Amino acid sequence: MSLLPLLNWSGNKNNPLTSWLKMALLFLLTGLLSPAAALDDKEATWPALKQTYFGDRPIQAQADDWLVIEAPKRAEDAAIVPVTIKSRLAQTQDHHITALHLFIDNNPMPHAATFHLSPSLKQVDLSTRVRVDSYTPLRVVAEMNDGSLHMVETFVKATGGCSAPAGKDHSAALARLGKMQIRMREATLGKAVPVQVIVSHPNNSGLQMDQVSRGYIPAHYVKTMAIRYNDEPLITMEAGISISEDPSLRFVFTPEQPGMLHTEATDSKKQQFEQTKRL
Amino acid sequence: MFIRNLFLWCFPSLMLMQVACAQDQAYPIEQVTDGIYYHQGVHEDATEENFGAIANVGFIVGNDCVAVIDSGGSYKEGELLAKAIKQTTDKPVCYVINTHVHPDHLLGNAAFKAAEPSFVGHEKLPAALMARKDFFEKNFSETLGKAYQGAEFISPDQTVAIGEPLTLDLGQREIVLTAYSTAHTDHDLTVLDKNTRTLWTGDLLFIDRIPALDGSINGWIENSKKLQQMQVSYVVPGHGPAGKEQWQQGWQKQLAYLTLIREQIRAIIYDFGTIDQATASVGLTQKDDWILFEDYHRRNVTAAFVELEWE
Repeated sequence: MSLLPLLNWSGNKNNPLTSWLKMALLFLLTGLLSPAAALDDKEATWPALKQTYFGDRPIQAQADDWLVIEAPKRAEDAAIVPVTIKSRLAQTQDHHITALHLFIDNNPMPHAATFHLSPSLKQVDLSTRVRVDSYTPLRVVAEMNDGSLHMVETFVKATGGCSAPAGKDHSAALARLGKMQIRMREATLGKAVPVQVIVSHPNNSGLQMDQVSRGYIPAHYVKTMAIRYNDEPLITMEAGISISEDPSLRFVFTPEQPGMLHTEATDSKKQQFEQTKRL
Repeated sequence: MFIRNLFLWCFPSLMLMQVACAQDQAYPIEQVTDGIYYHQGVHEDATEENFGAIANVGFIVGNDCVAVIDSGGSYKEGELLAKAIKQTTDKPVCYVINTHVHPDHLLGNAAFKAAEPSFVGHEKLPAALMARKDFFEKNFSETLGKAYQGAEFISPDQTVAIGEPLTLDLGQREIVLTAYSTAHTDHDLTVLDKNTRTLWTGDLLFIDRIPALDGSINGWIENSKKLQQMQVSYVVPGHGPAGKEQWQQGWQKQLAYLTLIREQIRAIIYDFGTIDQATASVGLTQKDDWILFEDYHRRNVTAAFVELEWE
């Protein structure tokens, strides 16, 4: 992923310490970028993000008639903000979403995740949980198989989600690290069924303090989560530090024949976690 | 000066003191029983106006010295508490005990530094302080404005391990500090005054104000059940009125709340439901039973949900 989006972190206007933390992250990730370059843009982050990720490609900004993004207006816990993305159109071979790009404009790392989707998913209804660092637009850009881009956005009020201390129960979190669950009802062939895949992982943002060393905990997070059914990819999620601790991905799919649902996660230290379920 | 005179005025009689000092609008201190004093926090979120004085803080006076239990929600509150102690006794402060890391209980620590007390907390308090310090500093220096100035995050120099209670002697007065497994936080500490059988619960007990979950719902229920059985005469909760009367019912009400939301969340998880479904339905019948319900309830549900989905 390009580092350029990091230059646009100055969306939060009145918070010197947050800015400081972000600067720390900037150095952490780049080691050499000048912080002065980052202080310029006080205005909306999106135009620059758009340029970085999509260049001059046109984005149809009012896709509300078929694409939906849902998040609480005011987050209860800024470190665990549920986000749902749905499409009212079916995924077909001829017409389908190939990728959903989720952005949290004012987070230190605005690109939260990209979900690569297969037409065999049949329908798009997926949720994850994110950290929100300051009042921010939250948007999703849908990339279609014809190459067109469509966007919807919402706004979330929350603060401190990225630098919020890791874990309420540190020991319990450590004890279950790496565990992975596939949670779903008994599946019926030909019927849509919701599935939740969740992996126990601290997903350290790089902005949290270490309990012992007094330094920042290095960013250590789940980078990819791949879901396959009978070896056919359904969803591949590429994620960043904006995803909450214990990353969760929830989606709906329709198994047409019996088989194996396989999930695999890889974190930024290349540790792998996997789980399978026979349907 | 005015406050000091007011205190001198009312000092001769304990009865009078309670009555007269209750009129000290600035920072009233109440006597719970012999040698046990506390200031009851207001049921609000911390603001510059209430200078963060939202938790119960107080002190125990022994023959030799004084133990402060939670130092206040700002440096300013710490100063007011220190002043109130001076007006009550000429004994020095030898211990400042923090029941847990939350700023409303600990931001006054620095106001006691001059007396060179020993700072005491749970064995996991230093780690919790390290992890949260910067986050709290950023948020509370903004929220509290001037009242924050002077605040320092002082780590304990004496800690209490789980399963190994620590007894401190204030002079003819022993207090017992007990450390708990994860409940309200992962480092809760209680203080029992043996002479009067007074239990300071820290935030293991909320009365009237809605409990805020920052640890483990399972652990909090478990520890509440044990604490409820303790043979004590007086209780000073982390929030809400202290005394002889309300604490039994307080434990029951808190347990009922935590147990109810746990049951309802478990049912949703069992049915493969989501956090959104949980925050939209769980525990809403308790709405009128708690102060600040709207501010904390759904966050409690969210926190409990992500804990319980790993059962």
